[in-house]
Amino acid sequence: MTRHLHIGYFDDERRLLGAARECRDRGIPVVDAISPFPVHGIDEALGIRPSRLPWVTLVGGTAGAVLGLLLQYWTAGVNWPLNVGGKPLDSFPAFVPVAFELTILFAGLSTAGALLLRSRIWPGRGVRRGFETTTDGTHALVLEERDASFESREFRELFLRHGATRSVERAEVIA
Amino acid sequence: MRTDAAGVAPLITGGKRPADVTRDVCGPLEGRPTGLWYLGMAVALSAFGLGALAVGYQVANGIGTWGLNRTVGWGFDITNFVFWVGIGHAGTLISAVLLLFRQKWRTSINRSAEAMTIFAVICAGLYPVIHMGRPWLAYWVFPYPNARGPLWVNFRSALLWDVFAIGTYFTISLVFWYIGLIPDLATVRDRATGWRKKVFNVLSFGWIGSARTWSRYETACVLLAALATPLVVSVHSVVSTDFATSVIPGWHATLFPPYFVIGAVFSGFAMVLTLMIVARKVMRFEDYITMKHIHAMCKVLVFTGSIVGAAYLTEIFTAWYSGNPYEKFVFMNRAGGPFAWAFWIMVSCNVISPQLLWFKRVRNSVLAIFLLSLLVNVGMWFERFVIIVTSLHRDFLPSSWAGYVPTKIEMGSLIFGFGLFFTLFLLFCRFLPMIAMFEVKTVLERPAQAQPVGSLEAGEEAAA
Repeated sequence: MTRHLHIGYFDDERRLLGAARECRDRGIPVVDAISPFPVHGIDEALGIRPSRLPWVTLVGGTAGAVLGLLLQYWTAGVNWPLNVGGKPLDSFPAFVPVAFELTILFAGLSTAGALLLRSRIWPGRGVRRGFETTTDGTHALVLEERDASFESREFRELFLRHGATRSVERAEVIA
Repeated sequence: MRTDAAGVAPLITGGKRPADVTRDVCGPLEGRPTGLWYLGMAVALSAFGLGALAVGYQVANGIGTWGLNRTVGWGFDITNFVFWVGIGHAGTLISAVLLLFRQKWRTSINRSAEAMTIFAVICAGLYPVIHMGRPWLAYWVFPYPNARGPLWVNFRSALLWDVFAIGTYFTISLVFWYIGLIPDLATVRDRATGWRKKVFNVLSFGWIGSARTWSRYETACVLLAALATPLVVSVHSVVSTDFATSVIPGWHATLFPPYFVIGAVFSGFAMVLTLMIVARKVMRFEDYITMKHIHAMCKVLVFTGSIVGAAYLTEIFTAWYSGNPYEKFVFMNRAGGPFAWAFWIMVSCNVISPQLLWFKRVRNSVLAIFLLSLLVNVGMWFERFVIIVTSLHRDFLPSSWAGYVPTKIEMGSLIFGFGLFFTLFLLFCRFLPMIAMFEVKTVLERPAQAQPVGSLEAGEEAAA
């Protein structure tokens, strides 16, 4: 299957936002907006819902706390009970620091891991062509032409009306 | 200094546009290193080499090559450990706490401050390992199933809490720092050619800056900052319990956790100032690290320095008020005993010197601030030395009293830390973007409105 893409390049994030909002209002499908830095308002213009990463952090942190306490209780009180300074075997107050550190460790690593997996970024992943300048100062808005109701010329006009410096048409093969 | 309508000086001066930021930060990575960099590297590597010889000699011959004795069991080794852990704290404070408080001035310095944290924690972690005497058995500190029973580690010991605190701190700091680097590594990749492009292609994880990714990315950064904030407080609190959970007069104090955390922030900010004042000059980053940034850090220095002074007074008051003769003796001995010189270096560097920043002439001189930051570094090293050695060298029984004189090998181990730290930091300045470009681009002064649309249409090169 091939999809037909129109890419507009902007020098100012406010122009990108303007174009993205018009697309939202007119129901033109936006594939993506690509920016050198996070643009405030783009989430709402593209209809991006708040990330669910905090849930991953919560689950990771809870797992760290539970595993941390179980590890300490089992090793110090069950597997080889050892009398240290006459403290009880289940001396939970003394187990708090390690359980706390493991909570943070598990929560942090699971958050970072989920971010990479969900965003599909990992070491050595290839770069999509056409976005070599979006890490410098250029913003790009990627639109998809789905049917004949909206012609190529109209996409270009939309970009130029919002002050695009360049617009590109591209056919992309998707598996 | 130019100001906007509200009378606020801009964070970044020189009227930079996003492309200027990319050029200014990536430029130094793409050319040849300057003579100054080679000079710095030569000094740092020499110190590292000399220190490595001393540490190697000690590992081969044993802890007896140090000046420690039966009474003074901790000396330079643990002083260096606590000093370096403390240095790291400012990096996390700048990157995490100031992110949560939305302090935008952090964007110019957070990358280098976090790098400083990671390198300082590496230095810190090495000292207890060296102190073990048999560093090849260092993995025994981890709870793993073993053929000795299995005999587990003692989870009720503050020293083991340290293993988990420092280990977690290093891991989370590294992850937070690297995630912060990814968008900038992509910027470097898109400018690079040849082998550098291949390397940065792998390092940048295929980042292009999609809006969906940015949305998740910002959420993840806030989450990691929210995790790193209690973490950084816990790390030096746990380090302080190495002392506070013992019964040694001078160590056994509930004041220790907050006292150590604030001291860590104080020493860390002094080190950030030292590094940033040199970096802005050498890398020509005066537009990014402005006097506004330096003054903000100076304020933190005065604030935390004052709390450190209050903590010293509280310790002395508590010793007197406790009515415990041993506690009282420790503090009398600190101020007037054989190590009084170290105590007074500590007081003058940490309590008195930062107060000079109240004077306008001092805080408007970069050189004066630089010298002050060095004094605070020295003072905070001596603080740990005073806490550790003066509390130990006069035992409960006068027959056990002893002195402590570090040997040349211990001096070498002190130099080892500084050599390693500056070697790593100089490599970082050379190969990675020192300033968080994408974050700086969000705090640039922008024209009030985007330029009129018509003016740009001439540049159109629509490819149909």
